Amino acid sequence: MIPEVGHYALVLAMVLALAQGTLPLAGAAKGDPGLMELGRTAALAQAALTLLSFLALTWAYVVSDFSLLNVVANSHSSKPLLYKITGVWGNHEGSMLLWVLILALFGAAVAAFGANLPTTLRARVLAVQGLIGLGFHAFILFTSNPFDRLDPAPFDGNDLNPILQDPGLAFHPPLLYLGYVGLSVSFSFAVAALIEGRVDAAWARWVRPWTLAAWCFLTLGIALGSWWAYYELGWGGFWFWDPVENASLMPWLLATALLHSAIVTEKRDALKSWTVLLAILAFSLALLGTFLVRSGVLTSVHAFAQDPARGLYILGFIVLVAGGGLTLYAWRAPKLAGGGLFAPISREGGLIFNNLLLAVLTVVVFLGTLYPLLLDALGGDKVSVGPPFYAATFIPLSFPLLAAVVFGPLLAWKRGDILGASRQLAAVGAVAIAVGVLISFVAQRHVTLAAIGCGLSAWLILGAIYELARRIKLFEIPVGDSLRRLVGLPRASIGMTIAHASLGICTAGIIGVSVWQVETIALLKPGDTLRHAGFEVSMETPREIDGPNFVAERGRITFKRDGQVAAVLEPERRIFKTTRRQTTEAAIKTTLLADIYATLGESDGKGGWTVRLYHNPLAPWIWLGAAFCALGGFVSLTDRRLRVGAPLRARRPAAQPAE
Amino acid sequence: MKPKRKRLWLLLGSMGAFALAVTLVLVALDDNLVFFHSPTQIADKKPPPTQRLRVGGLVAPGSVEKGSDGLTTTFVVTDTRANLKVSYRGQLPDLFREGQGVVAEGTLGTDGVFLAREILAKHDETYMPPEVAKALKDAGHWKKDAGK
Repeated sequence: MIPEVGHYALVLAMVLALAQGTLPLAGAAKGDPGLMELGRTAALAQAALTLLSFLALTWAYVVSDFSLLNVVANSHSSKPLLYKITGVWGNHEGSMLLWVLILALFGAAVAAFGANLPTTLRARVLAVQGLIGLGFHAFILFTSNPFDRLDPAPFDGNDLNPILQDPGLAFHPPLLYLGYVGLSVSFSFAVAALIEGRVDAAWARWVRPWTLAAWCFLTLGIALGSWWAYYELGWGGFWFWDPVENASLMPWLLATALLHSAIVTEKRDALKSWTVLLAILAFSLALLGTFLVRSGVLTSVHAFAQDPARGLYILGFIVLVAGGGLTLYAWRAPKLAGGGLFAPISREGGLIFNNLLLAVLTVVVFLGTLYPLLLDALGGDKVSVGPPFYAATFIPLSFPLLAAVVFGPLLAWKRGDILGASRQLAAVGAVAIAVGVLISFVAQRHVTLAAIGCGLSAWLILGAIYELARRIKLFEIPVGDSLRRLVGLPRASIGMTIAHASLGICTAGIIGVSVWQVETIALLKPGDTLRHAGFEVSMETPREIDGPNFVAERGRITFKRDGQVAAVLEPERRIFKTTRRQTTEAAIKTTLLADIYATLGESDGKGGWTVRLYHNPLAPWIWLGAAFCALGGFVSLTDRRLRVGAPLRARRPAAQPAE
Repeated sequence: MKPKRKRLWLLLGSMGAFALAVTLVLVALDDNLVFFHSPTQIADKKPPPTQRLRVGGLVAPGSVEKGSDGLTTTFVVTDTRANLKVSYRGQLPDLFREGQGVVAEGTLGTDGVFLAREILAKHDETYMPPEVAKALKDAGHWKKDAGK
């Protein structure tokens, strides 16, 4: 009965999405306040119904209702409760339902918190949200209905793919979707602005918090996915330049560009049509990401079983959304008058440089990811593009971007003084170069990469600190006054400092693992000792462990340095009872400076076990950096100016003083 | 600076950046493309040992053997028409099984044994890499449901 309620609620939600997508548009065109108001009601009701539908499916999972095909295929009565719940989105149908739920919730948030938006703009934004929702509701109901019944109901289910039964992956999809779907709001604002033919500082100020929130979640989602791959897959790596990973990186790069260009639009009333274009493209790439992951057209190490028909539907939908958005853009964007003028060397110029490089990086990832698909479609060879391609393109192209990050905030709006900024940064630059030179003597491989990377890392972190110190006039005025200035700083600028410094932390982590990782694969017998990265490693005979829905062999590996125990790791090999599938559970001991990492392999039947050991210097910094990056975004989001917004659209936005 | 000159400057800058990026991409693609071969294609073409490539097919049942060092695994990859012996040192992915699809990346040794540097893992046992599906189809032994 409850699944039927969920199904029915979903159908109703689709009908409401249709109403939300059409009536407010007509209302805005005719100036009918009643029709426009309908958009808000529809958005709230659609979200409530979609939530009801999602809860119905969750309930079916929690009580293990095996008359539902979806529950049978992805759940089992002995599964721990957490994974029964997360199993809801651990499959295609459920994850699409989660997608459309988040979409509807974002729509409802615009309806609820958009009180200061002009009525016509709000009506149009909600209408575009409704149309996107309609597409996804139809997709779920017609190709991927999670409420399909199965008769007769089997006694028990097939269980969830064991590698998904993990806390890291449990929350990776919701966060990633919050990011992907959050970009739909920026898209809707862009399309609504094109329909209105008006983009101004007030518009940019409304778009920024939504983009910022989406970007924060996307950052966290990508980081969580990468962290999961790091400890669950047992390869000791964190990023494989795999199509599925690239699919989430592309929208992130463009969302980052959008965040920065929206600042220029807000403060200086310039780059309007570029900002609108970025908003359209960022969401299109988020949809493309969904398509790549869901259709299985590319061989991926993260691939799941797929159905090509569904891929085709999403592809059609992308063509509609991106094509529609871009057509509207081509038609209406020339009407958007250019705004404030500025010299090439200025804050605006710096932000354009940032946007240019981020766009170029997106193009590189896009080509690398889709080239094999293109070649295949043209009847050419089956090829793949792997990490060496990105090492030769993405990495060198990202260096100038990272180097420029420190300069940007020191340049004034309109006309900046690059020589002055360089003089101010001389000390930071000298330290960074010294770090690079020092590293070039220490590194044993990838010397150039190590030197540039570590130098850049120091440059970014110290540069961000310098910029903050300058702003609060540290050591120029009494320390107490500096602290008062710090408290008084706009949150947005504190957030920027954190996010910019986090790039340096993240860079250091990536370089640390890439350059100084030590890998040992060996056959280890209990009682024997092995040398690995300066440790003496020994193992006890693995024990049999009985888990809730798996049995496992748990090893106990001791790492000693100079006779002192540095770490005791207990990696596992799990065999899941229902599916008979194995998973490798890596054990990691992290100090802030390095990860000691071990996985347990198979027994050779003669008393030895294959073990895979890694020493990953600075690895924790990768995720620490990503966490700081998102934190910077969230701090920025609490800025009063973004919450209060710009309730009145100024005729001509007054020039804002440089921050 | 006049708006017109500013725009020209911007346009030139962006075009320069994109040209640089495209050049980098093309050069990198030229050097770093990894071609996929089925066992039949390898038997026909005999690629040089310097070329990094991917092979894919089914792991022939009964062919998986552990080496004496306990770390090296050898197995036969087949597209049902031709066979290729593959050797891999290290820990196999969790979903590596006899009779299932596999993709390996590495080089062809002079002795005709494929030295795999990496065995591509899958997250789902019902997943069949598209290249493997095509290789099997080309060899004339593809049932639509074989991957499911």
